[in-house]
Amino acid sequence: MSAGDWQSYIPRIEQLARGLGLEFHPVEFEAVPDTFMMEIAVYGLPVRMPHWSFGVRYIYQLIQRHMGHSRLFEVVFPGNPGHAYLAAGNGLAENILVTAHVLGHADFSRNNLLFQRCQRQVSERIVEHAAQHARQIQQAIETHGLERVEAVLDAALALEQHIDVDQPLRRLRFPEYAEPPKALADDEFRRRFAALEPATAGAAIAPRQRAPLPPHPERDLLWFVAQYAPEMESWERDIFLAVREESFYFYPVFATQIMNEGWASYWHARLLREADFIAQQAYLDAIKCHSDVVRPVAADQEVTLSLNPYHLGFALWERIVADEGLEAAFAIRAQDDDFAFIRNHLTRELAAELGLFRYRARDGKIRVLEQDVDALHEAILAPKYNFGAPTVLVRRVHTDGTLELAHDHALDRRGLDLERSRKVLEYLQRVWRRPVRLGTVDQDGAELEIAAP
Amino acid sequence: MSEQITREPPASAAKWYELFSRGARDWLRHDAKVREAVRRHLPELVSGGELIGGGARTVRVPVKLLEHYHFRLRRAEERQGVGQGQVKPGDVFVDPTQGGAPGGKGPGGEEEGEVQLLLELKIDDIVEWLWEEMQLPNLVPRAGPSQESEWVREGWDRRGARSRLDRRRSFKELVKRRGAPGALPTFTDEDLRFRQLARRRRPAVRAVVFFLLDVSGSMSERDRQLAKTFFFWTVQGLRRQYRMLETVFVAHTTDAWEFTEPEFFQVSGTGGTVASSGLNKVSEIIRERFEAEQYNVYLFYATDGDNAASDASAAREALAALAAEACFCGYVEVAAGLSRHLETETGRLFAELASAGAPVESCVLAEFDDVWGAIRRFFTAQQRAAEGA
Repeated sequence: MSAGDWQSYIPRIEQLARGLGLEFHPVEFEAVPDTFMMEIAVYGLPVRMPHWSFGVRYIYQLIQRHMGHSRLFEVVFPGNPGHAYLAAGNGLAENILVTAHVLGHADFSRNNLLFQRCQRQVSERIVEHAAQHARQIQQAIETHGLERVEAVLDAALALEQHIDVDQPLRRLRFPEYAEPPKALADDEFRRRFAALEPATAGAAIAPRQRAPLPPHPERDLLWFVAQYAPEMESWERDIFLAVREESFYFYPVFATQIMNEGWASYWHARLLREADFIAQQAYLDAIKCHSDVVRPVAADQEVTLSLNPYHLGFALWERIVADEGLEAAFAIRAQDDDFAFIRNHLTRELAAELGLFRYRARDGKIRVLEQDVDALHEAILAPKYNFGAPTVLVRRVHTDGTLELAHDHALDRRGLDLERSRKVLEYLQRVWRRPVRLGTVDQDGAELEIAAP
Repeated sequence: MSEQITREPPASAAKWYELFSRGARDWLRHDAKVREAVRRHLPELVSGGELIGGGARTVRVPVKLLEHYHFRLRRAEERQGVGQGQVKPGDVFVDPTQGGAPGGKGPGGEEEGEVQLLLELKIDDIVEWLWEEMQLPNLVPRAGPSQESEWVREGWDRRGARSRLDRRRSFKELVKRRGAPGALPTFTDEDLRFRQLARRRRPAVRAVVFFLLDVSGSMSERDRQLAKTFFFWTVQGLRRQYRMLETVFVAHTTDAWEFTEPEFFQVSGTGGTVASSGLNKVSEIIRERFEAEQYNVYLFYATDGDNAASDASAAREALAALAAEACFCGYVEVAAGLSRHLETETGRLFAELASAGAPVESCVLAEFDDVWGAIRRFFTAQQRAAEGA
C-alpha cells in the first residue's frame, strides 16, 4: 500500500468525525515536500513577507532537522476552506493519523470563540492575505530599495507581539480633543453663585483642549506607530499594519496551543479507535505514531524540564470527556483559551497523576518545589502572558515628537534586557524619526531610561 | 494562451515551492548582512597575523548568526519552570541546560544553541573593502619613459580579417543601402564592416616590490610576525593596483639572500646586522632583472633599526642609490614593546633622506593594531611623493 492511498480515507474519516459531532469547514489537503514543510514552520504561513530574520530561523530549523530533533507531520491553516499541508515523507499510517488530527484542529478553529473573534477581524483568508502582504512588500522593495524596506520590517517584526487583540483590527484614531468638562448642574446654588460674580460664570467658554497622546497608556505598539509616527510614509505604515494583521492571526494559535493540540490529539486517537475501515496494520502503526506524539518525555529520559503541549492537552481532554461528557467538552473548546483551560481543568489530582512539578533553576542546580496547584497553573501560563512578550506601553508623545515608552516592570517583576531593548529602540527610531525613550528598571530595581539616538 | 490554460498540467509539473525556496532567499540575505557587518569591522579582524601564508586566496572568519532583537526581560538569576516526571519536592539535580548539553532548551526557549557561521571571504574583496573603508589612496605610477604597448579596437574598415567582422554594424549598412530604390536586397561586399585594431602606447603599469627583512638575532619571533603582517597587506594593496606585480623577498643579517615568498616568512637567522648588505642585494637584483624605466620600484624595509656602526657610511650610500631609482621607499621599524621611535641607526639614515626630499617614509610597528596606521601612512606618503615629483 503506498502512502498516496491516504487520500481515499479522507471522506470516510470526515464522515466519521461529523457523526461524532465535530463541525468544520472543508479542508483542502496537500502533500508537500519536507523542505516546504520546513519553510511553513519557519514563516508560520505558506507565503509570507521576506525578512532576514526568517533566514536565521531557517538555519536553526535546518540544524534541528539535521540532528533529527524535529519532525513535522502537518501544518494546518484555519479558514474557509482550511488548508492542510502534509509532509510528503509521511507513511500511510501517519497520514491517516494526521488527517484525523487536522480535522480536530479544523473543528477547534471554527468553534473556539477566540479564534472566531480574531478570524472575524482578519477574515478567513489569512493565507491569501499574507501572500498579498508578501507581494506588496516585494513591490515596496522594487520601488524604495531593499535597505529602506528592511529598516521598516526590522522595526515592525521586532514589535510583532505588541498588539492588543481586544481592540478591533481596523481601529479608529483617538479623539483629537479632550472631552469638554461636564456642564455644571443648574441648581439654585449655581444660580446664586453666578449672580455673585458674573466674571467667573463667563469664563466657562474655554477653548477646546487637545487630548494628551495617547489618552491612556497604549499597548498596541504596531497600531500606534502606524497611526501617529510623525514622519512615516504611507507605504511604511502599510507594512506595520500588515505585520499587525498577521499577528492578529497568530495570537489565537499562540494563546490556545495546549487546548488546540490536545483537542486534535484527542480526536485523532478517538477517530482512529472508532474507524473500522482502517486495516489492522495501518491502525497499529498509527497508534504507535500517536503515542510518540503525545509522549510526555523523550524515550531516553525519565524527567523533562519542559512540557509537551500535545501530551498535557491530550491528558486534560481525556479527563474532561471522561468526567463531564462530550457535550461539556464541546462547550469548553468553544469558550476557553489556555488560561481558562489550565486554571479550570488541571486539578491537583491530575497534576499529581501526570507527575507535573514546579522547579527553580539557579546556579546550574534544579530544585523541585512544593506542590501547589495554583502556583503550578501560573508557572505553566507565565510564558504565555501578553503574547509571550514584556509589557511595553506608549506613555506619551511629546510636543517635539519624542516617543516615550514605559515598561510595566511591576507586572513583569523584573526589568528589560537593556542591550536588546536598546537595539529595538534603534530599529524603532529609524521609522519614528524622532527620539525614542523607554523607561524600565535595572537589576536592583532602580528606575532607568534608555534612549535612541 | 487559452490552450495553455485549458490544458491539464502534466503530472510531473513542479510546484512553485519546488523551484523557489524563501528560506534560502532570506538565509542569503542574512549572510549578506553578516558580510556587511564583517566588512565594517575588517581592520580589527584582519590585523592579526593568522590570515597570512599558505597562498590561499580566501580567508575564513567565524561569525555568530545575527539576532533580530525583541524586547526581552533581563535574564533572572533564577528561573521557574514546569517539568514532568517522577520526582519529590526538594529533589535537586544538575541543570542540563547549563554547560551546553544539546537538546535541553529552557522553558523560556530564549537561548538557542550557539551556532557559528564560517564566512569565506576572498582576499581580493577584503583588500578592496579595506581600501575603500580606510580611504587609502591609489598608487600613482611614476610617469616616465617606461611604456608598454597593446592593441586596442578602434574604428571600422571595409576590409579586414574575417574574425573581426562586425555583424551588427554590417547589418546596419545593409539596411541603409536597401532603403535606396532598386538596391540589391542581399548582403554585398560593400556592406561589410571590419573592426580595426590600433596600437596604443601606455605608461608602464608594471611594478616590482622589494621586501627587505632583517632577520638578525635581535629580531624576535614577534617582530618578524609584525613585519610579515605588514608585508602581506602591502602586497595585497599593491596587487590591487598593478596588473603585473613582481615581488622579491630578501632577508639579511650580515649577508643577504633572496627567498621565495613561502620560504621568506619562515626565515630566521642569527648574528649581526649589516644593512648595506641587504640594500646592495636589492640594487643588484634591480640591475639584473628589472630595468628601472620598465618598472615602478617599491622598497619596504623592516628591521629593528640596529645596524653595525662600521656599516653607517656604506648603508647611507647604498640607500641613497636605491632611493634615486625607486618610486618609493618605506622604512618600518619593528619595535615590539619598545618606544625608541626611529631614534636608531637605520632610522636616522631614512630621516636624512626624507629631509633631503626623497620619496621616503618611516613608521614604527609596536602592535598588530599599528599595521593599518602604517599602511595608511605609506600609501598617503607615496601619493604625496608621486604628486610632488
